[in-house]
Amino acid sequence: MNILYFLVGCSVLMALIFLGAFYWSLKNGQHDDVVTPGMRVLFDEEPVDEEQVES
Amino acid sequence: MKQQTTFSAISCYHCGEDVRGVDFSVDQKHFCCAGCMGVYQILSANKMCSYYAYNENPGKRLNSTSHFEYLDEPTIEKKLVDYKDETNAIVTFYIPAIHCSSCIWLLEHLYKINSAIYSSRIDFLKKEVTVSYKHKAVSLKGVVEILAQIGYEPSISLQDVVRENSHSVNKSLILKIAVAGFCMGNVMLFSFPEYFGLSGLERQFQALFGWLNLAFCMPVVFYCAKDYFTSAITSLKHGHVNLDTPLALIISVLFLRTIVSVLFTNEPGFADTLTGLVFLLLMGKWVKQRTYHHISFDRDYRSYFPIAVTTLVDGKEQPKAISELTIGDRLWIRNGELVPADSILMRGDAWMDMSFVTGETEPQQKVLGEIIYAGGKQMGEGIEIEVVKNASQSYLTSLWNKDHYVNHFKQNFNDSVAKYFSMAVFVIAFSAMGYWYLMNDASKAWLAFTAVIIVACPCVLALSTPFTLSAILAVFDKKDFYVKNTDSLEALAKCTSIVFDKTGTLTTTENAKILFKGTLNPMEKMLIVSLLNHSSHPLSRQILKSLAIEQFYPISRYKEIPGKGIRGLVNQQMVYAGSPAILPFDIQPNQHHGVHIVINSAYKGTFIVEQQWRPKLGVLLSSLNKYFTLKVLSGDNNKDEKALKTFFPLSADLKFEQSPLQKLEEIKHQQQKGEQVMMLGDGLNDAGALKQSDFGIAVTDDVNNFTPGCDAILKGSSLDLLPNFFQMSKDGLKTIKISFVIASAYNCVGLYFAIQGTLYPLVAAVLMPISTITIISFTSIATRFFARKNNLL
Repeated sequence: MNILYFLVGCSVLMALIFLGAFYWSLKNGQHDDVVTPGMRVLFDEEPVDEEQVES
Repeated sequence: MKQQTTFSAISCYHCGEDVRGVDFSVDQKHFCCAGCMGVYQILSANKMCSYYAYNENPGKRLNSTSHFEYLDEPTIEKKLVDYKDETNAIVTFYIPAIHCSSCIWLLEHLYKINSAIYSSRIDFLKKEVTVSYKHKAVSLKGVVEILAQIGYEPSISLQDVVRENSHSVNKSLILKIAVAGFCMGNVMLFSFPEYFGLSGLERQFQALFGWLNLAFCMPVVFYCAKDYFTSAITSLKHGHVNLDTPLALIISVLFLRTIVSVLFTNEPGFADTLTGLVFLLLMGKWVKQRTYHHISFDRDYRSYFPIAVTTLVDGKEQPKAISELTIGDRLWIRNGELVPADSILMRGDAWMDMSFVTGETEPQQKVLGEIIYAGGKQMGEGIEIEVVKNASQSYLTSLWNKDHYVNHFKQNFNDSVAKYFSMAVFVIAFSAMGYWYLMNDASKAWLAFTAVIIVACPCVLALSTPFTLSAILAVFDKKDFYVKNTDSLEALAKCTSIVFDKTGTLTTTENAKILFKGTLNPMEKMLIVSLLNHSSHPLSRQILKSLAIEQFYPISRYKEIPGKGIRGLVNQQMVYAGSPAILPFDIQPNQHHGVHIVINSAYKGTFIVEQQWRPKLGVLLSSLNKYFTLKVLSGDNNKDEKALKTFFPLSADLKFEQSPLQKLEEIKHQQQKGEQVMMLGDGLNDAGALKQSDFGIAVTDDVNNFTPGCDAILKGSSLDLLPNFFQMSKDGLKTIKISFVIASAYNCVGLYFAIQGTLYPLVAAVLMPISTITIISFTSIATRFFARKNNLL
């Protein structure tokens, strides 16, 4: 059962990594605007030709 | 109606408005005005016509004549830009016109128009665009001009310069919640073996789990819960008890017992309760901080004022920041511009629209040497004025600066209960301890004392209030009633009297009725329509719409004199439309206000715009009369007194020609009589009164428009729901009180164990989440129930 000491350490470490990842995303401003990226993703890469737009 | 359907066949490709009269067309597309066509031409020249692909008629009609010379001033530029180095600069603008995905597409492809703008990002909810550009290739003025050209003129006001940073506060709270949640999860994991009972084999891990739990408590107590300690200490210093005081006490007691049990005894500590408590408390705090991104409640005169103004130095125009204006400066105010400081008129014909200052809707003419108060808007040709008072000390702005406001300490339900609550807890805790001392059981005395404090946790109080109130906020917001924060909601429930402003609050400008006093034959109507069709003035548009004639004569010698009116030669006849100042001779108008019509040299009559009362006003006022004393404070003259009396009960007090200061004093006077005053207003002239009142509501037809600082913003169309909103807020307080009773029942169960000194940590750890879940589900169900009862759902 001594393996538990190792496993407990692993689980705490993993949790810490996730906490760190969250901290990074928060600092990075990923939670500042959650609406616009969803609209932005729908735009086409290259603008469509005018004629195609018309049809 | 008939004409409208036939003509809606052609609508502007850019803005979607009907094309009337002159049809601008290019590339087989039709445009309503040169402005819309101009935008299209710029976009098509830059191959940006995808703008029109994502949405139909995404544009907005241009009617801007702003000047941006001031942006070249280095001092002003420095205040606006967020960041600037040798080559790059970043600036953020608020653009009210952002409304659809086409806007995002266009504004994020600005680099196609000017490659010096290498990045632009939109925050759709806040209607902000952040532009990064090479400032050597394009100036700040250039960037703003590009935006204005394509129909997205940024709103640059004095408030942009003093942008406050509320974001970082919120971020640190989220981080605290994350840390507390992380610790709570881990502590729960290590506490599970305890919950299920330890076998002999697992007992060797008990010490390890204990130490780990203690380690996870450290950041929770010293980082996440820090605010509770500081708040408790400051409030104790000031000699009163707020809700944070018992919370801080409980957190420290839990922490102490955890330390003691880990260090000295081999018993499980209260780490799970401690971390769970802090996590839930922070969640409650977060719910309470919920804000509206797209609405600003704290606007004052600064967001109404421009950031710079044109000064005349030795006859030359020079832009200058308003904060740098000094007494004696000569200012050049163009049509539609605002007078930023109290000044004396030196040259020119001043027609001042003082509606924001006094509430009066008609422009006033000023003579040379007369004082013009800050906040007036020039409606005519350019004028020259001399500053006599600094911008920050002028008549209007002093409403904000002066110590008018009695700093009424708004104590909410929680803090008032907290005092008695803490007292009761201490009495029980000490008597339990005393009892066990008398029984000569010192260790039990310590256990009982701490257990009572732990069990009697007012965390439900700290949670039920934010959860209930923010649920109500969400209900209100669906009905276009935006309340600033949860504390204001409590103030709403306590109001005993309502004060109304008239113009814009009880009346609406949206569907104003146009009446003609006089007689016109069809031929004359056509003459007028042909003339008005050339003007973009809102009044001309409204009259044009009301006449509904779609045939036009050719017109020559057309001239528009801003603020006065228009004239032109239509079908060999001279037609004048506007204020008496434009007419060729003095007339005896049958109406003072409105658009006077003269054809050739005969006075034909006047178009008057009749403000419409908001619908259902009578029903609203009679139902409000049951609960409140009603009052009207209007800045306008008493021409509508008769009409108002039909709506208002006899007991209501109607006052006219009230200056902003008088309004404020009137509210103060009423508060001194012990009333809790709710004020409904719209313009800057109500700003002082709104701020002074216990609950100020700004009524507006467009929530993104300018509204003065207030506690809530109400869309005009929802005004008739006001009694429902009020009743709902009252029911909300009732819900909080009931949940307090439920929580006390749970506490009594816990106290039963606590007094006996036999509170096992597991009981505390189970009791707390159960009571929390009960309370949160109760509040959300009760809120829905009451919302349905009040017809708000």
